[in-house]
Amino acid sequence: MSVGEVDLLVSVPTHNSAQTVGETVQRIRMGLLKYFPRERAVILNADAGSKDGTREVIAAAASNDLQRSANLYALRTLPCISTVYGDSPETNVALRTVLAAADLLHAKACAVVSPDSTSITPDWIERLLRPVYRENFDLVTPVYRRHKFDGLLLRNLIYPMTRALYAKRVREPYALEFAFSERFCGHLLENQIWDHESRGLAAEMRMTITAMAGGFRLYQTFLGTKPHVDRTGADLVAALRQTVGTLFWSLEANFQYWNATGVPESVPSCGAEYDLTTEPIRVNRKRLYQLFNSGVAELEPVLRSILSPQTLAEVQSIAKLAEDDFRYPHELWVRTAYEFASSYHRSVINRDHIIQALAPLYRGKVYTFLLENRDASGPEVEADVEDLCLTFERLKPYLLDVWNARE
Amino acid sequence: MWEMIVGELDHAMQELARGFAHLLPRVLAMLIIALLGWMIAYVFKVALRGILRVVKFDRLSDNAGTTELLNKLALPSSSQLLSTVVFWVVWLGFILLGVQVLGIVFLQEYISKFFLFLPRLFAALFIVFFGLVAASFFARAALLAAVNADSPSPRILATLIRTIIVLFTVTLAFEQLGVGERTILVAFAIAFGGLMLGLALAFGMGGSELARQFLERRFLKEKQEHRQDELSPL
Repeated sequence: MSVGEVDLLVSVPTHNSAQTVGETVQRIRMGLLKYFPRERAVILNADAGSKDGTREVIAAAASNDLQRSANLYALRTLPCISTVYGDSPETNVALRTVLAAADLLHAKACAVVSPDSTSITPDWIERLLRPVYRENFDLVTPVYRRHKFDGLLLRNLIYPMTRALYAKRVREPYALEFAFSERFCGHLLENQIWDHESRGLAAEMRMTITAMAGGFRLYQTFLGTKPHVDRTGADLVAALRQTVGTLFWSLEANFQYWNATGVPESVPSCGAEYDLTTEPIRVNRKRLYQLFNSGVAELEPVLRSILSPQTLAEVQSIAKLAEDDFRYPHELWVRTAYEFASSYHRSVINRDHIIQALAPLYRGKVYTFLLENRDASGPEVEADVEDLCLTFERLKPYLLDVWNARE
Repeated sequence: MWEMIVGELDHAMQELARGFAHLLPRVLAMLIIALLGWMIAYVFKVALRGILRVVKFDRLSDNAGTTELLNKLALPSSSQLLSTVVFWVVWLGFILLGVQVLGIVFLQEYISKFFLFLPRLFAALFIVFFGLVAASFFARAALLAAVNADSPSPRILATLIRTIIVLFTVTLAFEQLGVGERTILVAFAIAFGGLMLGLALAFGMGGSELARQFLERRFLKEKQEHRQDELSPL
């Protein structure tokens, strides 16, 4: 690269993102010019061999004259570099490319922005980069405005379990937009966190967990409405593999850390800690109920090797309840999740099969969540999530029991 | 006359005594070899059991579904069974070596055949074990995929996959042992071909309406439901 050293780097990993990436790059440029006019900055596009002209769109967006359109004057040039890291999208490789570039350019702060972030505003760049660049935080994760029924895997499993075990209240451990420091970047590169074992796991989530367990300074920033990005398609199993797989996988490496953690602490943040909208959306609850019931019945031999006899019996007993009476209680759900984590650690069966077997049970939990929060307001939904978080924290000794008992 | 009889008897007794004198050291040698073999086989058994415990062979066996099969047949655990088999094979080998020392000609041919057969036996056992592991893995993978895709009759699909792989494995194992190679191969081909043809006919002709409904539900209605369902896990 011929841009020398920089203060700020904003990266946009792309793959066939021509429809949305132009606008995103424009907003990033606006943000950099508006909030960091004196800093040396660069925009880096790490592309996975797009065939829809993504790179051409980025080049056009980068050369667009913002002085006329947005009345912004640049004190420095703002280069936009595009590089191809492969011919298929791989988050691990894309992030490693970004980290290597940030390290090479000695960027003091680096932000990653999804090319599909149609709701991005120039403020996002300031909110992501400022805590790292000016306040010496190591990792900035976002808080989004979401619908109360959006991101249910995060709210019913990933956030509560991560919070209970890593003792940090990070709302979005699997973030699309985030920023990190030069120090944290160096740590990630030094420890080669993306080795061959972690293929298929979510690199973004591994970053968050590494920061939590490594004692790095975390910060949360409210960005606004979450962009509707289909990261894993509509495929629940793929989402489970990436997130739950990453979480379970990380528990082995960080056992000494989470074994000793206490009460979860808040993370410094800017803006709302949560913002839930409640407009009506169409949800097929009945299908979730049916998938839970058929899953519990059909997967009985698989679940028998993962769950304890008592937990399995309780799951089977709630599966007999009528649709309106059906509830997957918090405590049973937490025990289920912990026993799955323990079985994953012990590899009682193929680890990917363990993750897949969680899907029907998760659907049962989601059905309960939808039923109980059908008419709930944002704060009421938040109270329910908080209650689940506290149950995860209260039952942490149970995880240690099953973890150690099964050693 | 009497002297002749006594002489013959005496000669026979002397021959017998000479025969015994000739055989006794060989029998003793055979017994020593058998005893030594027992001790070596026992050491093999204990060592193998230890190794299998360290490599958690029983867990692998659980995963493969072999333990369940053994339980149904009222047999001990996989590691116990394997170490016992190794014990008996090693000891039997030593016993046969001992028998060879006796110098009984017609037995020697069978003994050499037995030793030639051993590698094939182990290869067949190896094939059966890993065949069962593969059958269990793919059957479970199919079951999970079918359940999560809301496909009809996931267990039937899983059983079908398990049966096909087990059939294939048994055919390979028998072929390795050289037992009715052609018969087994032909039987497998007929059974497998018949099964596939039966399924194709049942689905295509007998259940054409069902097939149409299934495909419609699978590719049209489900997509509509997915579009209607605005829930995002992340």
